[in-house]
Amino acid sequence: MIAYIAKRLLAAIPVLFGLTIIVFAIMALIPGDPAQAILGNFATPENVEKLNRDLGLDKPLVQQYFIWLGNLFQGDLGRSYMQNRPVLDIVLERFNATLILAGTALVLCSVLGLIAGVISAVRQYGWADKAITFIVLIGISIPSFWLGLLLILVFAVNLRWFPASGMYSIFGGGDLPDLLHHLFLPALTLAVVATGVIARLTRTAMLEVLRQDFIRTARAKGLSERTVIYKHAFKAALVTVIPVIGIQAGFVLGGAVYIETVFQWPGIGSMLVTAISTRDLLLVQGGVLVVAAAYVLFNLAADVVQTILDPRLR
Amino acid sequence: MKHFLAAALTAAALAISAPAFAQTPPNVLVVGQIAEPKSLDPHAVTAVNDFRILVNLYDGLTRYRDGTLEPEPSLAESWEVSDDGTVYTFSLRQDVTFHDGTPFNAEAVKFNFDRMLDEDHPYHDTGPFPLAFYFSAVDEVTVIDEFTVEFRLGEPYAPFLSNLAYPTGLIVSPAAVMEHGADFGRNPSGTGAYSFVEWEPNTQVTIQRNADWWDGAPDLEGIVYRPITDANTRIAEMLSGGIDVMVEVPPDSLAQFRDGGDFNVYEQAGPHVWFLILNMKEGPFAEKAVRQAANYAIDKTAIVENILQGTAEVAAGPTPPAFAWAYNEELEPYPHDPDRARELLEEAGYDGETVTFYVTEGGSGMLDPVAMGTAIQADLEAVGMDVEIETYEWNTFLGRVNPGLEGKADMAEMAWMTNDPDTLPFLALRTAAWPEEGGFNSGYYSNPEVDDLLEQARRATNQDERAELYKQMQQIVQEDAPWVFVANWKQNAVTTAAVENFKLQPSFFLMLQDVAKPQ
Repeated sequence: MIAYIAKRLLAAIPVLFGLTIIVFAIMALIPGDPAQAILGNFATPENVEKLNRDLGLDKPLVQQYFIWLGNLFQGDLGRSYMQNRPVLDIVLERFNATLILAGTALVLCSVLGLIAGVISAVRQYGWADKAITFIVLIGISIPSFWLGLLLILVFAVNLRWFPASGMYSIFGGGDLPDLLHHLFLPALTLAVVATGVIARLTRTAMLEVLRQDFIRTARAKGLSERTVIYKHAFKAALVTVIPVIGIQAGFVLGGAVYIETVFQWPGIGSMLVTAISTRDLLLVQGGVLVVAAAYVLFNLAADVVQTILDPRLR
Repeated sequence: MKHFLAAALTAAALAISAPAFAQTPPNVLVVGQIAEPKSLDPHAVTAVNDFRILVNLYDGLTRYRDGTLEPEPSLAESWEVSDDGTVYTFSLRQDVTFHDGTPFNAEAVKFNFDRMLDEDHPYHDTGPFPLAFYFSAVDEVTVIDEFTVEFRLGEPYAPFLSNLAYPTGLIVSPAAVMEHGADFGRNPSGTGAYSFVEWEPNTQVTIQRNADWWDGAPDLEGIVYRPITDANTRIAEMLSGGIDVMVEVPPDSLAQFRDGGDFNVYEQAGPHVWFLILNMKEGPFAEKAVRQAANYAIDKTAIVENILQGTAEVAAGPTPPAFAWAYNEELEPYPHDPDRARELLEEAGYDGETVTFYVTEGGSGMLDPVAMGTAIQADLEAVGMDVEIETYEWNTFLGRVNPGLEGKADMAEMAWMTNDPDTLPFLALRTAAWPEEGGFNSGYYSNPEVDDLLEQARRATNQDERAELYKQMQQIVQEDAPWVFVANWKQNAVTTAAVENFKLQPSFFLMLQDVAKPQ
């Protein structure tokens, strides 16, 4: 198992580098440069040129890339042009917030999705199944930024149950209940689409398993329906569902970009939006690298869990 | 499932929100900002968003008198100007200490300007200083004695006192710069009414009352600036009680706040002009009649009333009315007169050539540039001008427009916010300000008379004389029509009813020294 994980991790390295090349190229292709963004409206072409030189941006792109790569190996992701702080500090600080949000959303969508899927499959074509299918369809179709605004309007502005934005109260607070209070609406918004996907998939997987011989055998043995469904069928269906949850983890991470902006969550998504619009090249690089690495790790974790659950894959 | 979700929602809501949603505490003002500040080093930034914080942390040698754009004493108690207008001698306040405990004196003033202007200064690399050109007239800063400092200018420069009141002229603590170097912008220290407490990235900047402020300690205990980039979220925070003040309210939402009794809405015209740069070097706008035709063709009233919903006024010329003393009251905006526009186009022999129009997606002071651009296109097409829009993201847009429109476009949107009636025309209308000379005259306007008037105004030490020169300049520029003069923006802000003594300033700065929030 350890060898398997090591092999997968090694395989991820070229993927990550390929990614940095693509990001570097994209940032170079889109017009507008960091110096212009730093200097603002009053930037004369002369000053822009000078600052680009000071920042080392006048060098050929390939050279810039290798300088960046060399520093990366020394654990140095450079300094953000706009914030004038080490990229690594900013990225780690922000990534932490994103992990809290995306992690909560992932747990939420896994639990809700699995429960809904199982109920749906067990009560196939019953009213519960129909209701769940209906809700799931809406959940999958709603644009999440819109849902986020709607939730803010209802639960923050009108009912005042939850804060409209931010991660902690600015006065007092700062503890776990405060964090959960701020976390609830964005995590829910972020979880909705993935919940739908997982629910649909669990339903299909469960239905398939329920038709198989070993379930008939289990029932014939006189096991209670509860044991049949949760001990036998659910465990078997999980093997199909787990990798999907791994993929959803990636989507949740991606979705965090919108949701963080809507809820002003101080995560890596909202950081990237700002960094891209201000052409903060090194910050974009660092941010994308960390997100991609996390994506790879999520997939790896899903594979590992699947291998543990399904001995045939070993 | 439905029941489950509803139950879960309610349970979670009750569990977590048991303590009723807290309003902001008394005596602390929470301000909703439009973005994270770039830096709290006043010499390193250019955005109004950052200025809104800085003017409360720092003082300059001068400041704008409340409600005006006219400089009055601040850290300098008085000054004398030599007869030829090139030597300014300032007597400084003697009882002032920086927030870090070091004394404010003439040496500190010298350090501030040398840092920005002298490339060999040991702390020059703590920049960049994008607006240092505000002080490019300064040749030398000399310490006369502990509380007297002398600025020697290369040539007379009338906007000098007003530039000192601009954030680029705010005085920072030399000791703090020496201690933090390039990180000074995150560890600011000034002499202002509030001192820096904490900057939590993307979450808040907190400043607190400076009990020793020379102009009397402020009422508020502190101010928290929260960056909320999404306008909808900012409105939601305002409505849900998370912030006490929000700035740059979108026009659509202003009415909502006006109708609700819990809020106060503030508006203030400022030194802002939104205009179209016309390319005079080539293409149809090389003809004055065609430029005037464009000014007649565009229905600015409709833009201001329908698109901007009354958050701006129609501009008459290159100088915004906020510079009351220098504004030419006799100037009437070009009326919307499509027939006159058609006549002029015909006179000029305009052959229906397509006009390329640069539009930006957003940007500092640009209001609603895409919608405005589209309306302008429609108005020009209505008089027979074929307009092709090219849209660019703001930084890209600046990178294309600032080096000049030649060979690229006939027309470009632009907006400027300035602090002195000299700044905009001097940097964007003089012959010597063509892009290749390092200026912002991207449309290549050139009129020796205007050049001359602007030079004279700069040298004039008498304000009435200056005003007269600017008024003449506005007359000529309006007639020459190197730009289409479109709008002057009125900035706005909304506060909760609990906020007292709140005021917007024509400088667009958010001066919070006198604000109170007792409950």
